Amino acid sequence: MSRHVVASVEEIAPGTCKVVTIKGREIGVFNVNNEFFALINRCPHQGAPLCRGAIVSRLVAPSPGDYRLERPGEMLRCPWHCWEFDIRTGQSWCDPDSVHARTYACDVEPGEALAKGPFAAETVPVEVEQKYVVVTV
Amino acid sequence: MDPSPFQPIDCDLHPAIPTTRALLPYLDAYWREHITRRGLEADNLELSSFPANAPLNCRPDWRPERGPAGADLALLQRHALDTFQSRYGILNVLNGAQILHSEDLSAALCRGINRWIAAEWLDRDPRLRASITVPVRSPELAAEEIERCAEDKRFVQVLLLSQTEMPLGRRQYWPVYRMAEKLGLPIGIHAGSAQLHPPSATGWFSYYLEDYVQQAQGFAGTLNSLLTEGVFVKFPKLKVVLIESGVTWFPAYMWRINKTWRGVRAETPWQERMPSEVIRENVRLTTQPFDAPDTVAQVKTILEEIGSDRMLLFSTDYPHWHFDGADAVPEGLPPELIRKILVDNPLETYPRLAQSELAQSEFGLTGADGRRTP
Amino acid sequence: MNVTLLNPQIETSQQSHLGFIDCDVHPYFKSPAEFDEFLPRKWRAHRASIGGRTRQGLAKASNYPRMSPGTGQRMDAWPPDGSHPGSDLPFMQLQLLDKFNVAYGLLAPLVGGAAAERNIDFGAAMATAVNDWQLARFCDPDPRLKGAVQINIEHEKAAIAEIEARAGDRRFAQVNIPPRSIEPLGRRRYWPILEACAANNLPVSLHLGGTAGHASTGGGVVSFYHEEHPSYVQSMAALVTSLVCEGVFEHLPNLKVVLVEGGFAWLPALCWRLDNTWKALKAEVPFLRQKPSEYVRQHIWVTTQPIEEPERPADMLSTLEWIGIDRVMFSTDYPHWDQDDPRFAFKVPLPEDWKRKIYHDNAMAVYGFE
Repeated sequence: MSRHVVASVEEIAPGTCKVVTIKGREIGVFNVNNEFFALINRCPHQGAPLCRGAIVSRLVAPSPGDYRLERPGEMLRCPWHCWEFDIRTGQSWCDPDSVHARTYACDVEPGEALAKGPFAAETVPVEVEQKYVVVTV
Repeated sequence: MDPSPFQPIDCDLHPAIPTTRALLPYLDAYWREHITRRGLEADNLELSSFPANAPLNCRPDWRPERGPAGADLALLQRHALDTFQSRYGILNVLNGAQILHSEDLSAALCRGINRWIAAEWLDRDPRLRASITVPVRSPELAAEEIERCAEDKRFVQVLLLSQTEMPLGRRQYWPVYRMAEKLGLPIGIHAGSAQLHPPSATGWFSYYLEDYVQQAQGFAGTLNSLLTEGVFVKFPKLKVVLIESGVTWFPAYMWRINKTWRGVRAETPWQERMPSEVIRENVRLTTQPFDAPDTVAQVKTILEEIGSDRMLLFSTDYPHWHFDGADAVPEGLPPELIRKILVDNPLETYPRLAQSELAQSEFGLTGADGRRTP
Repeated sequence: MNVTLLNPQIETSQQSHLGFIDCDVHPYFKSPAEFDEFLPRKWRAHRASIGGRTRQGLAKASNYPRMSPGTGQRMDAWPPDGSHPGSDLPFMQLQLLDKFNVAYGLLAPLVGGAAAERNIDFGAAMATAVNDWQLARFCDPDPRLKGAVQINIEHEKAAIAEIEARAGDRRFAQVNIPPRSIEPLGRRRYWPILEACAANNLPVSLHLGGTAGHASTGGGVVSFYHEEHPSYVQSMAALVTSLVCEGVFEHLPNLKVVLVEGGFAWLPALCWRLDNTWKALKAEVPFLRQKPSEYVRQHIWVTTQPIEEPERPADMLSTLEWIGIDRVMFSTDYPHWDQDDPRFAFKVPLPEDWKRKIYHDNAMAVYGFE
């Protein structure tokens, strides 16, 4: 396992996703209300590019006709068969116990720390004021 | 296989109303006059879905000398109840009164049918129970009739036909489900169509053979409607029995609606649970017609795929012709499943039967081996 | 209950899926005016003014809106120029044909509205136009793509003329008949059209969708796309029932029928039900000289999409066996939302010879490709 800088926090606006390739794997990095999460860009169902799907909310109804929108922007909908996944945990809505998208630990590191430690990124310029999104793969 | 050693519960028998005139004594005075004024008592209200003389609808050795099959209590007792040593038999009336366009006329005749069943069947054989016949076009009047009939504990179920005016899950039908759930009565959805719509999206078939085969597809649509409209969410204690639906089509059906649900769930967001889970909890099937495959190995696979030993309820579907002799139980059922299908599952599904059974054993009429003293 | 996920064992064998025959590919137009090029002037004017008229309440949209934009397209299948998925041949080649080195792709145009058009002369004209359009936009530029002859089934004379005009043109592989017609396809009024297909050795493909104006179920008009989507299975079953029970296959012993986009796990139980019910009702259909399942086995093929997802993945194998490995043909349904990826559609490893048949050899035989 190693840590990889994928973007500065400004690059990934809230409600968006950036897909990067690390160690040959495509990973989608999501900004959910300024918290960052990362998922492998492959749907566990049939391998669709999961992270190119729509970022949506939880549409629920405790009773027929009683529609509620919950957790705005925290769900990911596969671009193919529309399976829904919790961006935070990778859990599938429909089978939370047995189906999930592969998640990766995702941290925000101050640029300063990165420049100093043994995990310096190869090509991303490091500026002391900025914060960076770092993924562990 | 002959089920008689188990003294099964037969969950689908069809008494026939000999003529509409037979209902006259059981109608309110107003409707008796209304009907005779119009000469309706002379009408044969046979359902298109069940032409009485079609070979499928009357096993040759069950055909009476006169009148429609199933109209004679003594024959039903001999052919069905006695042959199979059934401890109970549930009577389901299939009659056009249920589907008449005029709601009040339909309701009046259905009331008459329920009174007729009680007086001429339930009163004459303690093994018999019945489903409540209701006007399918008026959920409100249906709910009233359910409430009225339910006072007689020998009515154990509400009877609906599978294909009528609207898919049965529609909210317009919810007064029926509300009342049934409140009273602890299962909804029995029986094969049959009011033929207000062609049997499929491709139009009207030529032959009865096609219509009958299609009944299974009709049930698929009906069950989809119950699930997607949220009937089991709104009425979680409701039990639904699919009667004369066919059995072997069921696993592939469950796979497909699970698959669709995973992608389309958000359209009907009250469907939180996987549909097959809801089905295994709330839905039951009667065993005839089984639509048996070619081999016993296939039967075994289908039963495993159905995935619940509580799903199937024994039925003969008397006098319809789905088996010969006393072979009312399909070949290839594992022994541990047989007693469940014949006795336990029906008792679990029909609380009023369970209460009768309890009363039987309390009064010492049932031996330690579960058999009744004759 | 376990749901299977991507199986690494299957993933590594993906090479064997290259070169498959895709039995369901959907071409689209960039703009409806694309058909004008192929329409006589009178019909161009009609198309622009009154336009298509079908037996449903909405003129331009589906009564059952899909859950993904573009009437249910795969969300990553929109070409770079923003036009409709399936309308851009280079993008289709990138995402499907070249990506998997597809041997042949069978087109199923669900565009133009020819099939369900109530003005049957306009419908016939649109059918011809869509057929010409397929050739010009897809089959000629990329000969891996095979056209499907469109017809308006209620215009018998024009339908037969169109079939005969295209017969012998090897760029067309089959005749597309709208399965939701006014009457079930086995009914005798449609036999002249089926005769023309059989006489010209063209398989008939039945691809679900649309409406003939009847409710999607025998129990009435459903509320949701959630019901409409699986109702296609019941419509397919009705078609099989009608074709078999009307004796179409007795009358046309060389007719081949391909059921497209209906799934397949339902077929064995339908056959058992047909056989069992027929036993008591033989007198009604005395022209059937075999039991119904035999006709199915001899004349009907199924495509795999939307692939069935048994709760126990191994049940896929028995299901395929019960249908007959020779009768199943792989399809993606590109670019629809519920399309299947050839690498990951099956959740259980298939024996090598099954794979060869399902992904390639069966379609080669049905369509007579070289």
